[in-house]
Amino acid sequence: MSGQTIRRLTVDVWRQAGPDAPGAFERHCVQDAAREMSVLELLDQINEALVARGDEPVAFDSDCREGICGACGCLVNGTPHGPADVTPVCLQRLWQFDDGDHLVLEPFRARAFPVVRDLVVDRSALDAIIAAGGYVSVATGTAPPAAATAVGHELAESAMDMAACIGCGACVAACPNASAALFTGAKISQLALMPQGNPERDQRVLAMVSEQEIHFGSCSNMGECVAACPAGIGLGSIARMNRELLRARWHRRIGYRR
Amino acid sequence: MGGMNIENYRDVGTRVDGRVPMEPIADAWAVRKLELPLVSPANRRRLRVIVVGTGLAGAACAATLGELGYGVDVFTLHDSPRRAHSVAAQGGINASRGSAADNDSVERFFRDTLRGGDFRAREADVHRLAELSSLVIDHCAAQGIPFAREYGGALATRSFGGVQVSRTYYARSQTGQQLQLGAYQSLMRQVHSGPCTLHPRMEMLDLLVVDGEAAGIVTRNMVTGEIRPWIAHAVVLATGGYGTVYFSSTLAKSSNATATWRAHRRGAAMGNPSFVQFHPTSLPMSSQWQSKTTLMSESLRNDGRVWVPVRAGDSRDPSQIPHEERDYYLERLYPAYGNLAPRDAASRATKQQLDSGRGVGPLHNGAYLDFADAIERLGPAAITERYGNLFKLYEASTGESPWRVPMRIAPAPHFTMGGLWVDYNAMTTVPGLFAGGEASVAYHGANRLGANSLLSACVDGYFVLPTTVAAYLSQRLGTDLPSTHHPAAEQVVADVQERTSRLLGVQGRRSPLVFHRQLGEILRGRCGLVRSAEGLEAAVDEVRSLRTEFWSDVFVAGDSGHLNQELERAGRVADFLELGEMMCVDALDRDESCGAHFRVEHQTADGEARRDDTRWSCVSAWQTPCGWGEPGESRRLIRRAEPLEFTNIQPGTRSYR
Repeated sequence: MSGQTIRRLTVDVWRQAGPDAPGAFERHCVQDAAREMSVLELLDQINEALVARGDEPVAFDSDCREGICGACGCLVNGTPHGPADVTPVCLQRLWQFDDGDHLVLEPFRARAFPVVRDLVVDRSALDAIIAAGGYVSVATGTAPPAAATAVGHELAESAMDMAACIGCGACVAACPNASAALFTGAKISQLALMPQGNPERDQRVLAMVSEQEIHFGSCSNMGECVAACPAGIGLGSIARMNRELLRARWHRRIGYRR
Repeated sequence: MGGMNIENYRDVGTRVDGRVPMEPIADAWAVRKLELPLVSPANRRRLRVIVVGTGLAGAACAATLGELGYGVDVFTLHDSPRRAHSVAAQGGINASRGSAADNDSVERFFRDTLRGGDFRAREADVHRLAELSSLVIDHCAAQGIPFAREYGGALATRSFGGVQVSRTYYARSQTGQQLQLGAYQSLMRQVHSGPCTLHPRMEMLDLLVVDGEAAGIVTRNMVTGEIRPWIAHAVVLATGGYGTVYFSSTLAKSSNATATWRAHRRGAAMGNPSFVQFHPTSLPMSSQWQSKTTLMSESLRNDGRVWVPVRAGDSRDPSQIPHEERDYYLERLYPAYGNLAPRDAASRATKQQLDSGRGVGPLHNGAYLDFADAIERLGPAAITERYGNLFKLYEASTGESPWRVPMRIAPAPHFTMGGLWVDYNAMTTVPGLFAGGEASVAYHGANRLGANSLLSACVDGYFVLPTTVAAYLSQRLGTDLPSTHHPAAEQVVADVQERTSRLLGVQGRRSPLVFHRQLGEILRGRCGLVRSAEGLEAAVDEVRSLRTEFWSDVFVAGDSGHLNQELERAGRVADFLELGEMMCVDALDRDESCGAHFRVEHQTADGEARRDDTRWSCVSAWQTPCGWGEPGESRRLIRRAEPLEFTNIQPGTRSYR
C-alpha cells in the first residue's frame, strides 16, 4: 500500500472569512498525493502549500485524528465525512479515489451550525441538548457501590452501542430537516437502557426533545443520518427516543410521577 | 562522565516541600481531609474558581466544584468540552476492588504503581490513588457509563501491562471516551443549573499572579481574537500532557503545553519534565504526511503476541515465516510478564529490535503484533467483542486487516509523567494555582502503568482537587477579588498582546509547523527512548539555535482578529521550544536511569535501567529565572528537588523477567 500515489486530484475547498461573510470555493490541484493519506492530511498538505506562498491556510476542526473525538467533520462530495461507511473524515483515506478525481470539501450545512470560518462550524447547539438532560443527576461521592447493581451483559453492550456517538454533527448535516434526532436519541437510549438512568427517564426525554426542537428540525424517518453516522448509531435510537417520549407524555397525562 | 558539564546548564536551588502528612500512608488522606478547613454551603457561591481544560480531570473537577456550589469559570480550546484527548484512552481504568479471587488489594495496587514508576513518585500520592480507585468506579457506574459486564451482570475486568492481576475496568475499547462523556455530562448539568459557566474556544495564554497568589488567567478568544483577563480566588490547570512536543505522538493535534508552560514562567515549578512514556503499540510512521502515530491499545497485548523475524532484513510475508524463525522477544526477555511487560521495558525492547535491523513493513520500522494464535484459541466472536473496533481502526488507518495479517506496531511518544510540580494537595509552587491529571507530575513516577491515567485524572478531578481547592478557598473568604483593571492584570494582558504581535511581526519564511517538525526530530533522536550525556548536550545547543531561528524566521499567516490556527500553533511551538530545552537539561541533570528515562551510561549487564537511589531518589522541580531563554541571555535554569522517602516498601530493582 505504501509508496503509491494518486497522480492528480482536483480539490475544491469552501473558504469563508466569517459567519456573515460570503463564501466561495477555492480550487487546488494536488499532485502525487500518497494513497494512505486521510482527507484531513490532504488538507494539511494543501495548507502547507498555501502557507509556503504566504496565504492563510484553510481553517478546519480536527483533534485526535483517530476517529473518536468528533471534532472533525465536513462534507466530502456532498456526503458528511466522505464515501467510506462508519468512518469520520480523519480516517477517510485517499485510496478510495482515483487519478483525476474531483473532491469538493465544504462545511456541514445546517441552520443550527453557523459557519465560523472555512470548514469550521459552531455545533454548540448539541451541547445545549446534553445540558438539558443528557446525564444522570448524581453528585460526586454519593454513588452506591458499583457492584450492587448488576447489569446484564447484552444490556450493557446495547447501551454501549448507543453511547458510541462522537458528537460530530454529521447526522444533522445529512438530514433534509437538519434534525439532531439521532444524536439526541442515542444519549436518551443509552441512559434509558442503563438502570442508573431509570429514575430520570421521563424528565430527561421531555427536556432533551424540547431542547432539540428549539435548535433543530424534526425527524421524518428518512434515515439519512444513519447512513452518515461515523459511529454506527442505528435508527433504533430514534425509535427508542419516540417510545420514551410517548411513555413520558402518557405518564404526565395520567398524573403518574416517577 | 555523564552530566560532566551540567553546571553550565543549571544551578541547584532550595528544596521543595511536598507537605506530605506524617501519618502512616494508609491513613494519610483521611488525616489530611480532617485537617483541611471547610466552606459553609451558603458562602460557596461567593468564591470563584477558574478551571482550565475540560478533559477528564478538568471537567470532573469543575462539575464537582459546581455541585458543591462554588462559582466556576471553565475554559477549553475545543468547541465543546466533550472533545478533550481523554476521549482517546482506549483500554481501561484501574481499580483494586480487592474482592476477586486473584488476590488483588489496595496495597498490591499501590505497590504495582510505585514499582511501575520505578520509585520516582511520592508514595502517599500513589497510596491515595489506589485507595480512591474503587470510589471512582462507583461514581462512573452511577453516571450510567456502560462498563463491560460479565454474563451474570458483574463488572468485567482485564489485565494490563506491569501487573499480574485483573483490575482494569473497561467499556469496549472506548473507556476514555465513556469516562470523558460522563464527566462532560456532569459538567453540562452544572452549566445548565448555573454554578459553572462554560467558555469554549478560549485558549489560556498567561497566568495572573497578584501578591504572590494565583488570581486569574488571560485568554485569547480563538474566534474573535479578543485578549482579556479573568479573575478568581483560585485557578486549576487540567490541560493535559505535552507529548506533542515531539511533533508526531499519540496525542491529539491541539494538545499542547502552553497553559502549563505560561504558568511555569510565572513561577510554577516544572516536575521531572524529561519523564516521557513511549507507548510500545502505536502505528509506525508510513509517510511524512502522516499527521500522528495512532495508538493501538495496550489491551491488545492481552491476546496479541509481539514478534520480529530472527534474521535481520527478512522481508518475507509474515505468513511465510515459520514459528522457529520468529523471535517473540517480549516473551523471551520477560517470561514472567511476557507480552504484558510494562511500557518502558516493552518500548525499549522493540527499539533494540528495530535498531538491529529486524524491523518489519515497507520501511522496516515496526514489529508484528499477531492475533493468529488468539483467534484460533478464542474464536472470532470473542476477539470481535474485545477488540473489534481496534481492528477496524487499524484497518481504516493502514488498509490491512488484522484478521489476516499481523498488525505492525512501533513505540511513539505518548504520556508525560512530568508536569507541573504539585504538593500532596495538588497545589503548585504558586499558592492558589492547582494542577491535576496529566498536567501535573503526580502519581506515575518515571513510568506510568497502563490504565492508570484515566484513574489519576478521575481521582484528581472528582476527589482530590475539589477537597483541597475548597480548603484553599476557605482562607480567601471575604477577600476582595482584584479588578480586571488591576495594574498586574493590565500588565499580563499587555504581555500577551506584545507576544502575539511579535509572533505575527517576524514575517519570516518558515511556518510554525516546520519548526515543530525540526524540534520533534531533535527530541526524538536525543531525548527519546534512549538518552546519552553527549547527545543531550548537543540537543540543548540544537534546540537553542532552533529557538533563535524561530524568532527571526517564523512566518505566521493572517492576523490576530479572527480564527487563526497558524497563530495558535505558533504560540504553542514557541513554548515547546523553551520546554524542549528544559527536558534535555533535566535528562542531562538526572545522572541515572529510571523507568522511561534511560541513560546509556547507566544500565545493568542485561540492558535494564540502573537507578541511583543515593543521589536521585527525588522529584526534580525546575524553575526559570527572569530573562531565561531570551536571545543573548545566559541565565541558567534552577533545579530544586523534593526528596522521596519510602516508608512502606523498600525500593527494589524492578524485574519483570
